[in-house]
Amino acid sequence: MRNIRVVIAKPGLDGHDRGAKVIARALRDAGMEVIYTGLRQTPEQIVGAALQEDADVIGLSILSGAHNHICPRVIELLRAKDITDVLVVVGGIIPDVDVPKLNEIGITGIFPPGTSMQAIVEFIRQHVRPTASAR
Amino acid sequence: MSEGIPSASKMQRPEHFRTISGAPIELVYGPSHIAAVDYARDLNDPGQFPYTRGIHQNGYVGKMWTMRQFAGFSTPEETNERYRQLLAAGGTGLSVAFDLPTLMGRDPDHPLSLGEVGKCGVSVASLADMERLFDNIPLSTITTSMTINSPAAMLLAMYLVVAEQQGVDWREISGTIQNDILKEYIAQKEYIYPPGPSMRLVTDVFAFCGEHVPRWNTISVSGYHIREAGSTALQELAFTLRNGIEYVQHGVDAGLDPDKFAPRMSFFFNAHNEFFEEIAKYRAARKLWSHVMRDRFGARDERSWKLRFHAQTAGVSLTAQQPRNNVVRTAVQALAAVLGGANSLHTNSLDEALALPTVEAATLALRTQQIIAHESGVTGTVDPLGGSYFLEKLTTDMEAGAVEYFQTIDDLGGMVEAIEQGYPQREIAESAYRFQKQVELGERDIVGVNVHGDNEELGVETLYINEDVSERQIAKLNDLRRTRDTNRVARSLAAIREVALGKTNLMPSLLEAVRAYATLGEICDALRDAWGEYEETPTI
Repeated sequence: MRNIRVVIAKPGLDGHDRGAKVIARALRDAGMEVIYTGLRQTPEQIVGAALQEDADVIGLSILSGAHNHICPRVIELLRAKDITDVLVVVGGIIPDVDVPKLNEIGITGIFPPGTSMQAIVEFIRQHVRPTASAR
Repeated sequence: MSEGIPSASKMQRPEHFRTISGAPIELVYGPSHIAAVDYARDLNDPGQFPYTRGIHQNGYVGKMWTMRQFAGFSTPEETNERYRQLLAAGGTGLSVAFDLPTLMGRDPDHPLSLGEVGKCGVSVASLADMERLFDNIPLSTITTSMTINSPAAMLLAMYLVVAEQQGVDWREISGTIQNDILKEYIAQKEYIYPPGPSMRLVTDVFAFCGEHVPRWNTISVSGYHIREAGSTALQELAFTLRNGIEYVQHGVDAGLDPDKFAPRMSFFFNAHNEFFEEIAKYRAARKLWSHVMRDRFGARDERSWKLRFHAQTAGVSLTAQQPRNNVVRTAVQALAAVLGGANSLHTNSLDEALALPTVEAATLALRTQQIIAHESGVTGTVDPLGGSYFLEKLTTDMEAGAVEYFQTIDDLGGMVEAIEQGYPQREIAESAYRFQKQVELGERDIVGVNVHGDNEELGVETLYINEDVSERQIAKLNDLRRTRDTNRVARSLAAIREVALGKTNLMPSLLEAVRAYATLGEICDALRDAWGEYEETPTI
């Protein structure tokens, strides 16, 4: 079985990449293959990268408050391409009131400040879609 | 007792304690640790070269630090209201937080601004917004700090035109623009143009203000963001001062006399948790800078030798868990900044790991400073910890470590070259990852996160920015585009492109575009046409 492949992306205009980079390294140290897109990626670019890299997981790092626009757009683009086996998770500053809206569109991996790296690794291992790693 | 962490491993104390930055700490310090310190040479009295103990002879007895609370959100109208509340509550200066589209020189209706308008700060898309932001706030009596970097020259131009409209002489106004592009490439990543033309914008501001706005602080060389990105205290100090050297060198290379612009340079440091190490950092910074300016650049004006700095408590140290604990963290950090001689200070609000602060949280943060200033008694004597064996040893070590980093960066060909090679970025990423691993392994305790967690947490009310801000800002922008003189706008933008390709100072053409109500996005695009955009190679 191949390693879990993760695209870590920084959407929006924000450049604070400490979290994205630390998580990317933690996932890599946990045996996953990590592709970091760099800064200021549009949802289209992120989904394109995930397709191209045959990713099992897209990890979005958003601290700016733009999650209500960016997350639904990423999900919408995945659906439009009939991609159902990519797990989307998001880390950053997500107010509690926005969590149900994200859950509704299928994002349950939401990692606020203070989440341990180990918790994120475990969440991904447990929730990555079975079909993905068997591809 | 802490929960979830095995207590046995905690009982075995490490042989040597280390600061949060990894510097070893001994159990007891004594005279042998500071045997090499010479009072007159290394410390000297406050107000005397090398200013280790402070730049003012009378410390805070002569002049209390400026309590400057960083604020901005949503529309200019709403932020204007917050500013008037802060001034009424005893704040003594304003500090503008802009939203990401403004920081990145994009109009609110640009596709990349999707979801970002008014979220992390206030949206200022043109002179019209700047007029609303300072409505009924007299620029003659308050000083304003603007956290703006890539488009710093443009926002300064807007501020100058608002001053003009209020009938205030540019020679009378004072304030600060951050204008520190180097730390953007290193840490915060809000860059637009490549380093070469970006540095020219900085030196153009130095030259223009030196002539026309003499009391304006033209740059705030910032370690804050470097530290927030995960650096150690030493890396924060060393990279920040080395950036300062780079700016002075570029000014000198552009034909400016350092004594003409260096006195208006200021600095901005983080105030983090490690109490004594932070105080040592500020003291070492003053000492290092005085030598850099006098010995490396041959500055003769004493004002060029004196490092003035703003401090902000460490946002990154705040926890989303048990957010009320953040008041205590902030108080300890603010006290370190004060004992280190900060010239102005921002204290973070308890809710900032969750959202932008509410009015109540921002007021409590200001009160924290006021209690230190008026009730703690620490302001009655200058550099009260000077002479502490421990503090002086830390200060000396900090200075020596920074000098080593200066040498490494000089050997790489300077800071611009070091950045292009990814050197400071790598150093910071390493430190950030090391710290996070220590937290995970339980080698670093964070109360409420990996020790002393509560099952039932008390939440706090947070500020929520409505999604309609974007629509409101875009509607105003559309009105503006309909009513302004489009020919004048087009002419002013063409002029910017032309000047950008030549060598003369850009400020006059930026001022003309601002007066014509060209939008910030349009002005920045004109320069994008001329200079292109910077992109970093993503690495982890």
